[in-house]
Amino acid sequence: MKAKFLVPLLLFFALAAFLGFGLTLNPREVPSPLIGKPAPEFTLARLDQPEQRFALEEMRGEVWLLNVWASWCVACREEHPVLVRMAQQKLVPIVGLNYKEVRGDGALNVRGMALDTETDLAIQRARRWLTDHGDPYVLSVLDIDGRVGIDFGVYGVPETFLIDREGKIRYKHIGPITPEVLKQVLLPKIEEVRRAG
Amino acid sequence: MPADHYKEFALRTLRLAACALMFAGGQAAWAAGQTASDPGLAPTVAADLALEADVMELSHKLRCLVCQNQSIAESNAPLAVDLRDQVREQLAAGNSKQDVIDYVVARYGDFVLYQPPFRASTAVLWVGPALLLFGGAGWLAWRLRRRQEEVAADHGLSAAERERARALLAGADEAAPKSESPESRS
Repeated sequence: MKAKFLVPLLLFFALAAFLGFGLTLNPREVPSPLIGKPAPEFTLARLDQPEQRFALEEMRGEVWLLNVWASWCVACREEHPVLVRMAQQKLVPIVGLNYKEVRGDGALNVRGMALDTETDLAIQRARRWLTDHGDPYVLSVLDIDGRVGIDFGVYGVPETFLIDREGKIRYKHIGPITPEVLKQVLLPKIEEVRRAG
Repeated sequence: MPADHYKEFALRTLRLAACALMFAGGQAAWAAGQTASDPGLAPTVAADLALEADVMELSHKLRCLVCQNQSIAESNAPLAVDLRDQVREQLAAGNSKQDVIDYVVARYGDFVLYQPPFRASTAVLWVGPALLLFGGAGWLAWRLRRRQEEVAADHGLSAAERERARALLAGADEAAPKSESPESRS
């Protein structure tokens, strides 16, 4: 009863604990409402053979990653070696979603550019980037206008989706895949999804 | 009557809010007209001003995920521009405002709504401030009442104290106890 003067101090500690916990959260990581739902359907032109289109169903029956990337994306450079190593070790098939390759690049002014010209430029830039940095992808598809990106709720490149055999999104990683993320988060998740069947 | 007071106050507030809204609406229409008349500045503005007003209204309700403290109406992040285009396109295609909001929420989650829906997970958000306010007010009222009771219960001085107080008031110094404390000497 005599310790009443301690009440404000205790309140302060409680508040500090809440705020301290808040500091450990990353406000950039917005939980995706798509987790556990079927991945949005799409068909897009392939980077290696633009006259052919890739559809989501082609990966049915596989546990795979959809990795959103672009040559203008700085953080993609950080994660790319990790992806290349994953491909070498054949850990999991990775499909690349090349996101707004041309119009996403703030350094380019594409106003009034014809879609054909933009597509050609995107193919050229994306291919050169993969030649320079290595190509970890089973294949990449071109999301020129970012529409498929919006369907997947993409808001910051790179993002990576883990998709199961039935085509459901099981996990989403926002930001570059670092070796730590791969080891501690992604690989266990992949194992879990594979075991689940 | 205080009730009349409140009524008048509420009415005046409402009137003020209505004025502010009309002003804001006028501004928005003006801004839309400005940009629409200059396609070089903003090529993605719809020709239809009523549609554009709807687009802006919806855009102000949706949070941009890149610059998280701006709505997609305010932000110039490429994603915000894309989403504004989406909103415009879907409204132009005849979808209702709720359809468009559902479309964005299905992809980006409740986080994009500046006014999140009331759910178990958002209950604290909605109810918390009111709880704090009324809880605090209740606590304060309780404290004040208790203090009043304490004062009322304390009938004051004992007979001896009363006697001494009377003596002090009468100016009789000798009634004060002989004290060696520094205060009494100074």
